Amino acid sequence: MTSLPVHEVVERALALSRADDCIVIGSESTRANVRWANNTSTTNGLSTGNHLSVVSVIGGRVGSVAITNPTAENLASIVRRSEEACEGRPEAEDAMPLLPGDGAPADWDEAVEAPGIGAFATLAPALGEAFRRAGGDDVRLFGYAEHVTSTSWLATSAGMRRRHTHLDGRIEVNAKSPDYTRSAWVGQTSETLADIDVPALYAGLVERLGWAATPVELAAGHYEVLLEPSAVADMLYYLYASSSAREADEGRTVFSRPGGGNRTGEQLFAPSVNLYSDPAEPGIEVTPFVATSSSSSFGSVFDNGLAVGRTQWVRDGTLAALVSTRHWAATSGAEPRPYVGNLILDSPTGPDLAAMIAATTGPALLVTCFWYIREVEQQSLLLTGLTRDGVYLVEDGEVKGAVNNFRFNMSPVDMLAQVLEMGATVPTLPREFGDWFRNTKVPPLRVGRFNMSSVSKAT
Amino acid sequence: MPDIDQEFLDLPFRRLADAALTKARDLGATYADFRFERRRGQNVKVRDRALERVGDSETVGYAVRVVHGGAWGFASAVELTPDAAAATAAAAVTVATTLAPLNSEPVELAPEPTHQGTWVSSYDIDPFSVPDTDKVAFLTSVNERMLRTGKVAHVDFSVRQVLEGKFFADLDGSDLVQQRVRVDGDFTATRVDDATGAFDTMRSCALPSGRGWEHITATRSCAAEADDVPDLLEQKMASPSVEPGRYDLVIHPTNLWLTIHESIGHATELDRVLGYEANYAGTSFATLDNLGRLQYGSPVMHVTGDRSTEHGLSTVAWDDEGVAAQQWDLIRDGVLVGYQLNRQMAQKQGFGRSNGCAYADSPATVPIQRMPNVSLQPAATDITVDDLIGGVDRGIYVVGDKSWSIDMQRYNFQFTAQRFYEIKGGKLGGQLKDVAYQGTTTEFWNSMEAVGGPSTWLLGGSFNCGKGQPGQTAPVSHGAPAALFRQVNVLNTAAEVSL
Repeated sequence: MTSLPVHEVVERALALSRADDCIVIGSESTRANVRWANNTSTTNGLSTGNHLSVVSVIGGRVGSVAITNPTAENLASIVRRSEEACEGRPEAEDAMPLLPGDGAPADWDEAVEAPGIGAFATLAPALGEAFRRAGGDDVRLFGYAEHVTSTSWLATSAGMRRRHTHLDGRIEVNAKSPDYTRSAWVGQTSETLADIDVPALYAGLVERLGWAATPVELAAGHYEVLLEPSAVADMLYYLYASSSAREADEGRTVFSRPGGGNRTGEQLFAPSVNLYSDPAEPGIEVTPFVATSSSSSFGSVFDNGLAVGRTQWVRDGTLAALVSTRHWAATSGAEPRPYVGNLILDSPTGPDLAAMIAATTGPALLVTCFWYIREVEQQSLLLTGLTRDGVYLVEDGEVKGAVNNFRFNMSPVDMLAQVLEMGATVPTLPREFGDWFRNTKVPPLRVGRFNMSSVSKAT
Repeated sequence: MPDIDQEFLDLPFRRLADAALTKARDLGATYADFRFERRRGQNVKVRDRALERVGDSETVGYAVRVVHGGAWGFASAVELTPDAAAATAAAAVTVATTLAPLNSEPVELAPEPTHQGTWVSSYDIDPFSVPDTDKVAFLTSVNERMLRTGKVAHVDFSVRQVLEGKFFADLDGSDLVQQRVRVDGDFTATRVDDATGAFDTMRSCALPSGRGWEHITATRSCAAEADDVPDLLEQKMASPSVEPGRYDLVIHPTNLWLTIHESIGHATELDRVLGYEANYAGTSFATLDNLGRLQYGSPVMHVTGDRSTEHGLSTVAWDDEGVAAQQWDLIRDGVLVGYQLNRQMAQKQGFGRSNGCAYADSPATVPIQRMPNVSLQPAATDITVDDLIGGVDRGIYVVGDKSWSIDMQRYNFQFTAQRFYEIKGGKLGGQLKDVAYQGTTTEFWNSMEAVGGPSTWLLGGSFNCGKGQPGQTAPVSHGAPAALFRQVNVLNTAAEVSL
C-alpha cells in the first residue's frame, strides 16, 4: 500500500470525483503523551495517523465517508463510496452553492514537522525531578502532559483550498497529601511544552496544600465565590454549546424568545461581560475557516472554506450574536456566524487573582475548578456539577483554610448576570472540557449568590 | 454465530504482528503485544422529517505496547506495511526510554495462559448490511408519526452503529481475532408553548445494545415509544412541580442502570482506587481496606462484573491484554467483595489473575482498566413493579435516564429522569415535573429495601463512558431490575435556579 502526502491525497481524491460537487478534508496528526500517578509514570504513547473525509453532493444529496490511512490504492473506492451513498437519499435541507475558491495557499504542499516524543525533551527530566522532590516532601503527584501537532487540508470542486496547522499542548498536575485528604490542581496550555516551569507549578501546588492544613466545614447555601479561570471556562463551554441560532429560533434553548426568534439584543448578563471568538487570538489560534464533514445546527458541509473571523458573541452584557450556518442565516434573515474553536471572556485590565483575594472582605469561596458538569434543565440552562481539588475560604483579604467540596446547581447565564468583579483575562485550560475545547482565555470572576446545593464528602 | 467480516480477515495483521513483535524482542523488550483494529461506524440523524446527516467512518490502525527496562512504551500507526510495523515497535521502545526518568516502579504483569481463537458477538442483522435508504425511511417515519400529532414541535432521531474487528498477539503466543457489533438509537421530542416560550423535551427510554439492526426496529425499541411520547410530554409540561423533600423511590431499570454505572461501576475500578485516575476521572471511596468489610448497600444488593453477558456492550471473549472473559462478584449481600482489574494491577495488589478489564477505544490509544458489564442482580422470586409500588405510601416512580452527575470520589450524586410519577397509597398517579434525586452512594444503596424479580430486569448501558488521558470512550452495559429505595432526598430543580 502506497502512502501519499496528505495534500496529494486530497487533490487526487478530488480529481477522482464524478459528483456535482465534492469536498475533501485531509488531516495528519502526531500525538505524544505521558501520564503519572503517585510520583511515577503509568501510561504513555506516541500516535501518528492521517485521515480523509470525502463529501460528495449529487442533485443536492450528500454522501460522506471518512477513513484513516488513505493510500493510492484505496482512494478511488472511498470516492465511489461517498457517491454511492447519495443514491436514494432526500436532498439535504442545508444545500447551498459551494463557496468559490481563490487558489491554494503558499504552504499547501509543505511538509509538516512534528516533534513527537521529542516534545518532552526538557519536560520529562523536570517532571522526574519534581517526582523526587515530592517524595521527599510527602506529596503525591498525579497528572498528564501531551503535545499534539495536527494539520488539515481542505479542497473543494469549486476551487477552494485551505490549510491550517495547529500546535497544541498541555500539562495538568494534581498534588495530594498521602491520605488524599488535601488536594490541589493546576493546568496550563502550551504550544511547545518547552515553556512549562515545573518547579513553579509545584511550588504553587505546595502552597495550596498548605492552605488545606486548616480544614473548614461549611454547609450548603448561596455563597459569594471567586471562580478561578478554569472553573469559569468550563461553565462557558456549556453556554457556547447552547448558542445555535437555529435551535434558539426554534424555541428550544435558553436564548429563545417567547413567540419566536432569539434573544440577541437583550441585556442578559452583567454590563462588564464581553465574550468573543477570534481564530487569530495570540496563543490560542484555531482553524480560520469552516472544515466539517457533516452538517448540524453548528455547521454545514456546504459552508466548507467559509472564512472564520472575530465574532463578538456578547457585548457589554448584551447578547450580540449566535452561531448560524449560511443556510439558517438565509432562512432566518440573519448573518452567517460560523462556529469558532476558541472563546475569550475579555477583561484586559482586571486585577490578578491575588489582588482579588486581597480585596475580599468575605466570606467568599475561592473555587479552583469544577467537575462533572451536566445540564439539568434546558429552559434556564441550569447546570449541576462539583467543586474539586481546592475550595478555600477567603475572608479579611486572605485565605483562611480549605473548605469541603460542594455540588452546585447554577446556570452560566445567571453566573454571568451576577458578576461582581472580573479579574485579568489569562490563557486557560478548562479542567473538564479541555479534551475538546481547550482554546480559551478567561479571567477569574467574583460572582454573587452561587448556589452550592449540597455538600460532597469527596476529597 | 455470525460470520466474521471477510474484509477484516483480508487485512495483513499477522504479517504486521510478526514484524512488530520480532523488532520489539530484538530491541530488548521483555513484554510486547500487538493490537490491530478496524472499526466501522455510521451515524444517521433525521431532524424534523429532514435528513441531517449520514456519516460513514472507518478506522484502521495498530498499536505496539512494550515493557522495556521495566517501563511501558506505546506507539501506534496506520501504515499497513511490515517495515512501518517494525518502526512502530521501535518507536514504542524509544517512548519507553525517553520517559524512563519518570518511572520508579518496574512494570510486572499477572500471568495469563496464552489463548488462540476467533469469536464473534451475538447479533442477527449486521447494521452495515441494511441499505441506508431503509434506515433513513425508518427514522423519517418515526419523525412523522410524532410530528403529525401536533403535540411536539421538533423530533431528533439518531442511530449510531459500530462494527469492530480486533486482532491481538503477544510475545507469549496469543493469537486472537474478535468481532463485535453494537447499535444505539434514540429520539428526543421537544414541545414548545409559543405563547409563553416554555419548552421541554422527552427522550425515548430504549438503550444501546450489543445487537444488530434488529434492536432498532424491535418492539421494545425507541420506535415503539413514538406513539406514546407526544402525549406523555404534553402531560409532563402540564404536571405539578414537585414539593422537595424525602420520598420513597421506585426506580425503573431504564434509570437505575445509570445510577449503577456511576455509583458502583466507577467506584469499583481498581485503577481509580490506586490513584491512576486521580487527575482526571477521580478516585474512589471504596478503598482496598474496605474490601470484604464495607457495607456498600443493603443485604438484597448483589452486583456482578462480567465480560460475558450476551448482548452486553462490554462483552468480549478476550480483553485487550489477551485475558479470557470472566464473571465475578463485586458486591455480595451488600458487602464490597471485588474490583475490576487489569494485568498490572492484579499483579501489584496480589489478586493473582486479571479479571479481564483492559480496553482501548481505538488503535491509537493504550489499553487501560475499563468497566465490564456491571449489573445488579434481581430477586429470586418474581417481584413486579406493581408489587414495589404497592409497598409505597408516598413516593415517586422514576423512568428513563436524563441528567447525571457524581463527584470524583463517587459519593455525592444527582440524577434526573425522563418521567417521574407520583405514588400515593401504593397507587401510581400522574406525572411530576422539576424532579431530581440527590444522594450519597452508600446511604442510597443501604436504603434499597427490595429489588424486583427477573421479569423487571433490563440490560441498559452506554456507548460513551469516558475515562483516561488522552480521553477514551468505552461501551458498557448494566443490567438492573426495578428497585425500591426508602426516603431519598428529592430536589425541585426549578427552585434550584437562583434568579
